[in-house]
Amino acid sequence: MAEHAPATRVTYDYVTRTIARTLGGPTRGYFLLLAAAVALLSVGVVTLLFLLRYGLGLAGYSHPVYWAVYITCFVFWVGIAHSGTLISAILFLFRSGWRTAVYRTAEAMTVFAVMTAGLFPLIHIGRQWYFYWLIPYPNERGLWPNFKSPLIWDEFAIGTYFTVSTVFLIMGLIPDIAAVRDLATGWRKKLYAITSIGWTGANEQWRHYTRGYLYLAALATPLVLSVHSVVSWDFAMSIVPGWHATLFAPYFVAGAIYSGVGMVITLLVPIRKLFGLEEIITVHHFENLAKLCLLTGSIVSFSYMTENFVAWFSGNPAERAAFWYRAFGPYWWASWTMNICNGLLPWLLWSKTVRTNITALFVISIFVNIGMWFERYVIIVVSLAGEPYSPWANGVYNPTWADWGIMAGSFGWFFMWFLLFVKNFPAVSISEVKEVLPPPRKKASRMGAHA
Amino acid sequence: MIALPKSLAAPFSPPPTPGVLGVFGYLDTTLDAIKKLRAAGHTDFTVYSPIPRHEIEDALGQAVSPVRMFTLIGGIAGCSIGAWLTLWMSNDWPVVVGGKPVGSIPPYVVIMFEMTILFGALSTILGIVFNALFAKRREGSILYDPRFSNDRFGIFVPAGSDSAAKVESLLRESGADEVRRG
Repeated sequence: MAEHAPATRVTYDYVTRTIARTLGGPTRGYFLLLAAAVALLSVGVVTLLFLLRYGLGLAGYSHPVYWAVYITCFVFWVGIAHSGTLISAILFLFRSGWRTAVYRTAEAMTVFAVMTAGLFPLIHIGRQWYFYWLIPYPNERGLWPNFKSPLIWDEFAIGTYFTVSTVFLIMGLIPDIAAVRDLATGWRKKLYAITSIGWTGANEQWRHYTRGYLYLAALATPLVLSVHSVVSWDFAMSIVPGWHATLFAPYFVAGAIYSGVGMVITLLVPIRKLFGLEEIITVHHFENLAKLCLLTGSIVSFSYMTENFVAWFSGNPAERAAFWYRAFGPYWWASWTMNICNGLLPWLLWSKTVRTNITALFVISIFVNIGMWFERYVIIVVSLAGEPYSPWANGVYNPTWADWGIMAGSFGWFFMWFLLFVKNFPAVSISEVKEVLPPPRKKASRMGAHA
Repeated sequence: MIALPKSLAAPFSPPPTPGVLGVFGYLDTTLDAIKKLRAAGHTDFTVYSPIPRHEIEDALGQAVSPVRMFTLIGGIAGCSIGAWLTLWMSNDWPVVVGGKPVGSIPPYVVIMFEMTILFGALSTILGIVFNALFAKRREGSILYDPRFSNDRFGIFVPAGSDSAAKVESLLRESGADEVRRG
C-alpha cells in the first residue's frame, strides 16, 4: 500500500483539516460555476417541455435513423460512470493504495453520471409519461415485459448499477461524515449528525463495516463489467452491420473506463486547484490515472483495428460496406475525430513527461471525452444511416436544436449535482487517505505504513 | 421537534454506562493497552479508531463479521427471484419471440445476474447497519470524544466505581494521554 512516502507534514490531523476545509464557505468562483451549470440545465428543461408538448418530431430523427443523439448521450454517460466503480471497487480489491485520494470524486461522478444517463432512455421513448411500462408490474392488460429483449436487460442493469453505486458511495461516506461532524458547527453539525447515523469508529462498527465494504466491492466488480456489456448488447443483439459483433462487450467496457478516467481527470484538476489539495492528490495520482487511460485507450484502439479487420476479412459484403461508409461516407469527419481522439491521442501518454504534466493531461482528457462521445455517435447513427441491407432507404441524420438542448441540459444536470456534492460532503475520502499514511507510533517502526 | 413518549424515546437515549475512557495519541500504546486489558480479564471494552487497523482487530481477537451471511443469503435470494420473475412472467402470458422457447434460460441469466448483485448488495448494507449501528445497544451510552474521528485512538472500559481506579491506572501505564470517568 505504501507506494510513495508521503511528506512528513501530512498527518492524520492535516488530512482531516485539509479535506474538511473544502466544505467551507463557497467562493464567488464556485457560485459562478454552479450558476453556469443551472443555466445549462434550464436549457435542457425548456427543451424537454417543448418535447413533451410537440413530441419527438422536434429532434432530428429521419428514416432510417431513429436512435440518435439521445441514445448516444445515454451510452456516453453510462460510460463515464464506469471508471468510478473501477477505481472504487476493482482497485480496492487489487489493494492499490493510490486510489484512496481519488476514489470519492470518481464514485460521486459515477452516481451522477448514471443519474444523467437514466434520463435519456426516458426522454427517447417519446411518451415520457408511460415510462413505468418498463417495470414488470401486474397491470390491467395482463402483460409482462419481454425478458428476451436486451432493452429490458438494460433496465435491470442500469437500475442495479444506480442503486449499488449509490449505496457504495454512501457507505464510504459514513466515517467521513462522522469526521466532519466532529469539526462542524451550526446547522451543518445537525445535518452531519443525522447523515453519519451514529458512527463513532468503535471496533464493533469497523469490524462489520470493513467486511461489508469488501463484499460490496466484490459485488460491484462483476456488476461494472456487466453493465456496459449489457449496454453493448442493446446493439450487438441486433443484425445491423457495425453493431452485430461479439467484440462489443469488452470493447464497450474498455471504452467506458477510458472515457470515465478522462472525466475523472477533467474533474479532479480544477477541484485540486480550487480546494488546495495538492499534497493529497499528487502528480503521482494523476500519473496513475494516465496509465489507466493509456491501458484502456490501447484496448479501444485495438478494438477499432479488430473491427475493421474482421469487416474486411469476413468477406461479408454488408459488413465491408458498413465500415467503408463509416470511414469514407458522409460522416467521415465523425469517424476520424473518433479515430484520432481515441486511437492516436492515448499514445502521447507513453511519455512520462506528458503523464506528469497536469495541464497536458487536462487537455488530453477533454479530447478523450470528445472522442468517446463521437465513438458512440459513429456506432449508433452512422451504422443506421448507412445500413447496407437496404441502400435505397439510406438517409442522413442531422441533429436539431432539440437534440443539442437536451444534451446541454444533461451536462448542466451532471455538473450541478457534482458541484453541490463537493461543497456539502467530503470529496476526498478522509479515513481512506489516512489508511495509507504511516500510523502515529511512539516507538519508531521499521516496517513503515503497512506495518 | 416532535416530542416522543418516554417509552418510545428510551431506546434512543439509553442511560450512560459507567466506565473509564482513555485517549491515546499512538497506535502502539493503544495496542499495548488492549493487550493489558485482555490479560486483566476485561472483554467488554470498546476501542475507537479513526481508521480500521488490522493490528487492533488482531489484538482484540475478533471473530469474522456475520455480514458475510447477509451477503450470501441476499445473493441467493436475488438469483432465485430473478429466475422466478422471468420464468413465471414468461409463462403467465406465453409469447413466442424469435422462435425461441417461451422460458429461455440464456437471456434470463442476465436478469438473474443483475438481481443477484442488487439483492446481495442491499442485504450487505442491511447487514452492516443492523450489526454495526442498531444491534449494538450500548453504543451511544458510552463516552466518546470528537478527536476519535480525527487522529486519536480511544478505549472505553465499562467499570463500576469499585474497579474504575484500577482500570484508570492500567490505561495510564500503557501510555494514555488522557483518562476520564463517565
